[in-house]
Amino acid sequence: MRTSIFLVSASALAALLMWGAGALPPVGRYRGPYGDVANAICVPERHTTDAVAAVNFDIRGFDTLGEEFILFCSIVGASLLLRRHPKEAARPAPDRRRFRAVPEASDAVRVLSLLFIPPTILFGVYIVAHGQLTPGGGFQGGVILATAPLLVYLAGEFETFRRVASHALVEVGEAIGAGGYAVIGFLGILGGGAFLENTLPLGKTGDVFSSGTIALINAAVGLEVGAGLLLLLIAFLEEMVNRKEL
Amino acid sequence: MSHVPYGVAIWLFFVGLYGIVTSRHWVHAIICLVIVQSSSYVLLSAIGYRHGAGAPVFSDVPPGTPAVDPIVQALMLTDVVVEVTVMAVLLALAVQAYKNHGNADPNHASLLEG
Repeated sequence: MRTSIFLVSASALAALLMWGAGALPPVGRYRGPYGDVANAICVPERHTTDAVAAVNFDIRGFDTLGEEFILFCSIVGASLLLRRHPKEAARPAPDRRRFRAVPEASDAVRVLSLLFIPPTILFGVYIVAHGQLTPGGGFQGGVILATAPLLVYLAGEFETFRRVASHALVEVGEAIGAGGYAVIGFLGILGGGAFLENTLPLGKTGDVFSSGTIALINAAVGLEVGAGLLLLLIAFLEEMVNRKEL
Repeated sequence: MSHVPYGVAIWLFFVGLYGIVTSRHWVHAIICLVIVQSSSYVLLSAIGYRHGAGAPVFSDVPPGTPAVDPIVQALMLTDVVVEVTVMAVLLALAVQAYKNHGNADPNHASLLEG
């Protein structure tokens, strides 16, 4: 019944969408002026070779501030949903007998995970630091940085993982990352311009320390995303471990 | 051939939607929602694409080289971040629903309880 209602209404919507898409300009003939303007000004005016970074963290930096706070709110929301309810300890999970026994991490997994931790951290920092030069930046690098502690967990060391990702430190990092973006925005006002205006020295194009506030914002976003994802991972993993202990 | 990517986006949208409608597990439904959202990546990349142009990165090609639209790519990055945030909250809700109802079937989640 539900599927047939869906099929009828979906075919109507699909017909409408296909009619609309048919009138769009053909793929490969991009016409709009804005992309070309952004490509043209990113190097001379922002000393940023990655045009996407120039758009994200400068030209529409205010939107990205909002985007970062969407991430922040969702992490707060998910942590709130997964927090332990006081009543829960008394009430056993409905499925506790259905948990299959998880085998211990093998020596090969252990050694490889531990070996991969330093390169992962290095790669994450590299992606964050070169956001203004090559594809990458705070969001991508932050995710890579958050996987480094996850490798500790993969090596079978949940207690170590919990210690490494000690809540207080991660939460402070998350807050500094989120607040840091806004503080960098005020640098523009202090410099006599608008909020988030790039008033810092732009440096030499192609340099790690070029592009003024773009590199700084990338670092703040990297910290926020890395710490935020780590908070999420801890929330989900603790949920799992708590249920096993019940 | 020039409109095929739009067709792919529409197809992804409806495949995901069909998955949600027929879903029998919350996690499956959430992954289907992610597929629905992936259609917007294809659509955005298709809009900004230009034949023969490179990526909008000028670190090893001189500025002024023909490049695709960086703005839709920046929008896509936002899209990915929003998808991750939505997925995190929905998965947390799925865990709660499972804890309260004892199963993860959307068809059995009849009434919302506080």
